[in-house]
Amino acid sequence: MTARRRVVRTAAGTLSPVQATSTIDAPTAAPLPGPPPRSWARAVADIRDGLRERELWSHLGWQDIKQRYRRSVIGPLWITISMAVTALALGILNAALFGTQIATVLPSITVGLIVWSFVSGCIMDGADTFIVNEGLIKHLPAPLMVYVLRTVWRQILLFAHNLVVYVLVCGIFIWAIDKPYHVIPNGITQPGLNWGIVLAIPAFALIVLNAGWVTVLFGIAATRFRDIPPVVQSFMTLIFYMTPIMWQADLLYTNGRTSSMAHLLALNPFYHVVEIIKAPLVGLQQSWTHWVVVGGFTIVGWALALLALRNYRARVSYWV
Amino acid sequence: MVSIEVRDAAVDFPIFDAKSRSLKKLVLGKVGGKIGTDSKVPIIEALRDITVSFKQGDRVGLVGHNGAGKSTLLRLLAGIYEPTRGSARIEGKVAPVFDLGVGMDPEISGYENIIIRGLYLGMTRKQMEERVDEIAEFTELGDYLSMPLRTYSTGMRVRLALGVVTSIDPEILLLDEGIGAVDAAFLEKARDRLTDLVKRSGMLIFASHSDEFLFELCNTAIWMDEGRIRMQGGLREVLTAYKGRDPLETLPPEVLDRIGEAPALSGNGEHA
Repeated sequence: MTARRRVVRTAAGTLSPVQATSTIDAPTAAPLPGPPPRSWARAVADIRDGLRERELWSHLGWQDIKQRYRRSVIGPLWITISMAVTALALGILNAALFGTQIATVLPSITVGLIVWSFVSGCIMDGADTFIVNEGLIKHLPAPLMVYVLRTVWRQILLFAHNLVVYVLVCGIFIWAIDKPYHVIPNGITQPGLNWGIVLAIPAFALIVLNAGWVTVLFGIAATRFRDIPPVVQSFMTLIFYMTPIMWQADLLYTNGRTSSMAHLLALNPFYHVVEIIKAPLVGLQQSWTHWVVVGGFTIVGWALALLALRNYRARVSYWV
Repeated sequence: MVSIEVRDAAVDFPIFDAKSRSLKKLVLGKVGGKIGTDSKVPIIEALRDITVSFKQGDRVGLVGHNGAGKSTLLRLLAGIYEPTRGSARIEGKVAPVFDLGVGMDPEISGYENIIIRGLYLGMTRKQMEERVDEIAEFTELGDYLSMPLRTYSTGMRVRLALGVVTSIDPEILLLDEGIGAVDAAFLEKARDRLTDLVKRSGMLIFASHSDEFLFELCNTAIWMDEGRIRMQGGLREVLTAYKGRDPLETLPPEVLDRIGEAPALSGNGEHA
């Protein structure tokens, strides 16, 4: 008999036979040392441990993509092709509708679509993150962040595939956008592609950071309230039309006048998200307001996500 | 230092029906006052008053009827469910083996599945690549390993899963029953590997209905009943109390041979 204490209580509260020779303590109410389940320390540890399991989530994210194109001849290249087809069709439509030149408008549309598919993908898949990973969550004691990173990583890989379309389009139309140009007739004079293109890198990093909190927050909320994914889905379609992707924000600034709609547009957070990366990539005028707005969203969003992780991290495995 | 400490832990599952799980109820509830009387979500009390303490070298069997809470307890010990009340502390790398098939992808090859299953069990890709040959040899699947998993029979899948699971070096091994569906000759081979695995692991918690496996792998036991620990102690005493007879009497002689002499009644189930 070691000095180790072993407390055994039976269903009826009586002692079972083996306890006759054991030391019996009254069950202690004092919790074990260490941070309680609902604490900032545990929320931060979840994120840290999740990031550490890079091999697992990066593999899962890539597997998700391979899975979708399993047994197809050109595989994930379909991602690139379908994006190219959509961009081209929208470019032609735009040129016909607004009398724009395809050479100047197509790069903008392409980048807008690529960023949009990343952002909307993160939001929609984010809301489903924990629901689709139910099987793993119930079988593995992994940090929740592993599933978040799996989703975000999958979207980053899709983004990378789509970026090929951007490179192609820019390669073809570089002659139209490497000097000051107008995206639409009578619009703002845009400076054209220049060294400012490097700003696309911090812009994308900022968007990825936002994808993180979106996935955490929407994922947790949608696991508890299953109406959230369909609600999000229908809203995303609406927002797509309200964000300058198919149409160009320059429409609101024609002939040197600013339309009152421009102020309304500034209230759309997705406009700023798309703009911080679109501006450097196709050589548009860059505005610090977009950066401030997106930066602010990153801070507020992560604060909310941390709060959700703190309070509901341990509940997710009960809810899925 | 590998250890699991659980104190006064309870696991309650909220059961959201379609209505209470939706926003509608919450929103409507705010607007139009309380609707109905069932505003509270029904709860299933899966575990109650769980206080256990395991340390390095413990080999614990979990017994109990279906629905007694064995699997939930394993998930609590794995850290998948954090107790709704009370507290739990788990130190050490946990390898949970509740379902042989979890994480297996039917569309990818046996080789790839070996790697993935290993990653799930907390191994690194490199560690798994080192083990692939040995697993391939054990599973006797040969060229099939480069075929997609969906072409495998159930038995072949179990072989693959068992091969991977028994190749790891876990600190805390949590095994749920369901090691069946393999032919007898293979089970003989798997038994040795399973025993080796348990010897390598720092701690074993094993839920099973098979006396034979329990005696082979465990030395203490916990009897779960209706979500509570009914009894905790030496394997033979607990099984005797649970089944109402000494389990060693009914085991076939060759099994008794294999597990060695009948374990003496150890009295309090404490093992250093």
